[in-house]
Amino acid sequence: MTGDDDAAITADGLRKRYGAVQAVDGVSLSVRRGEFFGLLGPNGAGKTTTLEILEGLREPDEGTATLLGERPWPRNPRLLPRIGVQLQASAFFERLTAREQLATFASLYGVGLRRAEEMLARVGLAEFAGTQAERLSGGQAQRLSIACALVHEPELVFLDEPTTGLDPQARRNLWDLLREINADGRTVVLTTHYLDEAEILCDRVAVMDHGRLLRTGAPAALIRELDAPTRISVPSGALSVDEARTVLGEGAQTTDDGVSLVFATRSPASVLALLGERGALNGLEVRGGTLEDVFLHLTGREYRE
Amino acid sequence: MKAFFSLSRALLVSNSRDRTWLFFTVLFPLMFLLLFGVLFKGGATAHSTVLQVGPVRVLDSMTAAQRAELGRTLTVRRDDDLADALRKVRDGTDDGALQQTGSGQLLLHFSAGDQTRAATVQGLVQVVVQQTDQEATGRPPAWTLTTAQVEDQSVKPIQYLTPGLLGWAVATSGTFSAALTLVAWRRKRILRRLRLAPVGLSGVIAAPTAVTLLVALVQTAVFLGVATLPYYGLRLTGDWWLAVPLVLSGSLCFMSIGLLAGSFAKTENAAQSAAQLIVLPMAFLSGSFFPLDYAPGWVQDVAQVMPLHHLAAAMQDVLSRGKGVDAALPTIGGLLALAAVLCVVSLRLFRWDDT
Ligand SMILES: Nc1ncnc2c1ncn2[C@@H]1O[C@H](COP(=O)(O)OP(=O)(O)O)[C@@H](O)[C@H]1O
Ligand SMILES: [Mg+2]
Repeated sequence: MTGDDDAAITADGLRKRYGAVQAVDGVSLSVRRGEFFGLLGPNGAGKTTTLEILEGLREPDEGTATLLGERPWPRNPRLLPRIGVQLQASAFFERLTAREQLATFASLYGVGLRRAEEMLARVGLAEFAGTQAERLSGGQAQRLSIACALVHEPELVFLDEPTTGLDPQARRNLWDLLREINADGRTVVLTTHYLDEAEILCDRVAVMDHGRLLRTGAPAALIRELDAPTRISVPSGALSVDEARTVLGEGAQTTDDGVSLVFATRSPASVLALLGERGALNGLEVRGGTLEDVFLHLTGREYRE
Repeated sequence: MKAFFSLSRALLVSNSRDRTWLFFTVLFPLMFLLLFGVLFKGGATAHSTVLQVGPVRVLDSMTAAQRAELGRTLTVRRDDDLADALRKVRDGTDDGALQQTGSGQLLLHFSAGDQTRAATVQGLVQVVVQQTDQEATGRPPAWTLTTAQVEDQSVKPIQYLTPGLLGWAVATSGTFSAALTLVAWRRKRILRRLRLAPVGLSGVIAAPTAVTLLVALVQTAVFLGVATLPYYGLRLTGDWWLAVPLVLSGSLCFMSIGLLAGSFAKTENAAQSAAQLIVLPMAFLSGSFFPLDYAPGWVQDVAQVMPLHHLAAAMQDVLSRGKGVDAALPTIGGLLALAAVLCVVSLRLFRWDDT
């Protein structure tokens, strides 16, 4: 199998078993150059293992992977300078400052110290340059880890759950950084178990569960293809459930949980018309389908983060 | 090469910020030297005292100058009451009682209670007697020369403490640091991260190795510096610089032992315990803390297969016994050969990752 020039990654039929656990069970995917690709799935879905196979850290039991036209396994020195990897758990030298960590990685890749300084500023850690890695906050450590993965300007970047464990503000800041990295023209492969993150950041996502890819595509396309009902909600008590059911009939599924009155419908116009007639549009919320619905639809169960 | 330098620098900086590491690699062994040096100061050369019972020609015929010279290592006191003299030897007040039992016949009473003192006093008296014999046979007397020999033959504590404790320090830091670094790097996923960087396995292993060799050199400098202070009085002889290649090959040898232990260890603690289990008994069985001359025969036999014993013995030879390359080379060769074999085995067992 030879990847065409446009493909950053092609994987074909990857399988990996740990004892009784089939961690990766026949994964095939392809990622175009410059694409922001997300591997989305709950914990234990096999995202990390898939990534490790692609990066060349693990040998697959079956299947082949090609990155930038090269085979990642066995350890391929031609490929290594072209990819950047942020591991799921940060790997730092003990007692070295942020600047020293980055300088060490820079010189491992034969990159000058100037570049290391620039990178530090780029990820917003300039003022923490002299802080030992152990003392950085979770978000700062992730940024440093990403800086270490990027210091040699790789074409292809792997990020394994970079935002897990961060507070919402830090997550959003990191999203901006990840978008910039992609905007530089680098291919980014990101794993996440946050549906919203995948939806917001990725050009395409692959939904993964139990070692398999259930569906791959642009988030919007996946949601649209799902043809999920639109959810309309107003504060509870704006209308009685019985009345709504009588008027709307089979056109909507109506529930009231004591906080919100929710209609799930494929003909939102009729619901909105009814609410308008009764002057019950205060506090109205309309929500289309989400990746959560896609996951529910694909697996038959609620997404558990 | 670049990887080797950047990793070595990272490791040195990281280690130098670790107080525990500094303490255990340099200060701790040095404390032992300072302590043992004080405890044993004058220990093995402790002045022997001999009671002269009745007339003894070899002693009585000495000139004042000869007596003074002898007095530096052996004090002779007169006690003509044999029973009293024997009691004093028995309870350890004096080391021996010397009687002339006939013409040309001497009887030395000593106590087997303290083997060291017994052996020392026997040796000293023997030297005196031989000396007198030589004079009797008309050879030129050489008192000064002989007493000098007496001192050289009796090893001063600092002369075996320095190579012994230095050997132990090098063995400890060798076994611990390289292995521990690799185990820590593996557990903290640094090895995994390095595996993704374009660096060779050789650079990854060479960095902790170089740092440990550097530590061994620092230990050697500090030890020799302290031991040659007038207070401790180690005098370096001829080819003492041979201690440097000895220390380096010893360090390599112990690193390979540690590397092997580290290949099996999952955590730093396990690696540390394994290293300690290897080094401490080896130090005792190799006579790092005290000479094995009076140890049971089987201990001396076991010592022969201990690399640490050979390292200390060869260092003692070149540091203070005036021996040269001939004494050092076989040991250097042996240590390096063992290091090579163990290294090959450890490299086969090397893992970048826990799983
Ligand atoms: N080194 C390993 N040894 C044994 N089982 C593993 C190992 N790594 C992962 N697994 C198992 O494989 C499955 C997939 O894990 P992983 O790839 O880490 O999933 P994710 O990254 O999506 O959370 C899980 O059931 C996990 O317990
Ligand atoms: Mg994971």
